[in-house]
Amino acid sequence: MVGLVVISHSRRAAEGIREIAAEMGSEDAPIAAVGGDPEGGIGTDATAIRETIEAMGDEEGVVVLVDLGSAVMNAELAIEQADVDATIADGPVLEGAVNATVAATSPHASLQSVRNAAEEAGEISKL
Amino acid sequence: MPDGTTGVKETVAAVRNVADRIEEEREYLTELDSAIGDADHGANLDRGFQAAVEQVEALEDPTPEEIVQTVGTALLSEVGGAAGPLYGGGLMQASGELADGVTAETTIAFAEAYLKSVQERGDAAVGQKTMVDTLVPAVHTYRKSIEQDDLSPLAALAKTVAACERGVDFTLPIKAEKGRASYLGWRSVGHQDPGATSTLFIVEEILATARETMEAEGDVEEDARSPTTPDGVKNQEG
Repeated sequence: MVGLVVISHSRRAAEGIREIAAEMGSEDAPIAAVGGDPEGGIGTDATAIRETIEAMGDEEGVVVLVDLGSAVMNAELAIEQADVDATIADGPVLEGAVNATVAATSPHASLQSVRNAAEEAGEISKL
Repeated sequence: MPDGTTGVKETVAAVRNVADRIEEEREYLTELDSAIGDADHGANLDRGFQAAVEQVEALEDPTPEEIVQTVGTALLSEVGGAAGPLYGGGLMQASGELADGVTAETTIAFAEAYLKSVQERGDAAVGQKTMVDTLVPAVHTYRKSIEQDDLSPLAALAKTVAACERGVDFTLPIKAEKGRASYLGWRSVGHQDPGATSTLFIVEEILATARETMEAEGDVEEDARSPTTPDGVKNQEG
């Protein structure tokens, strides 16, 4: 399957988003959450992100969902350093994770189709 | 002839001086960051540079390239936030330019590679209230002072610091368009950018290290704020 990594400045926010998204996928859907700075405070940590992405090395690629600015930079660096086929989706982190989880359960899912699904979440209208 | 080990002592001294300065300015940087950011720039950078000094001191017979690479790795893993990939990633990427040691030529290439990395990673341009507002005039001034104005590296560094100061001042009245401060929109106006400020401190310490280790030619202080000649015009005395 295509793996998903949810990155937030808050580890708890990342975990929460992972929980919400995981409800939509099959039980064994590979979704991981990572967040917080190296001290455990609010922030993001390139090393922790790289390790989380590398832990999905057996999947058919990894789609990465991010929240604010430095999450994007640290995710980019982590992907450059990790020996895994991973890509960042330019979409909202929560809605994107939900969409991507559903897309990943499709038998025809590919890295690109899951990423597209996450990015399409940016067009969801709530009202 | 300079080789890959030229400038080892000076590079280690610069790392120590920068770490000491960031420790001294920790509260000030955090104060700047609390106004328009997430109030962690001083603490994060301090933690990173303390780790960098420890790791550099543990190296055996390092080259300047290895020293800078080590500082970059330490900053990347310890700083977190946006400063980790910007400062740490920038140093890691630019360190290769010091493969032939620390000379006027290699430091120009190093400065340009660092700037390029920061601009690409942060997707930032001048005028967006970031460290790029300090780095762009700094790198331009350093290169031009050496290549066109034939100044000594020490005099060029003094001019570079002056350019950094103007860059920091420039961030005060403008609106943030990158980073956390951009969420504040117009409320970011009137605040000095923390990243631009810490970049000034780092360049000031590189100058201080150069002063300790290099012979001055003429009055560097006096000359630092004199205008540079326009692009393409050779220094008349040169």
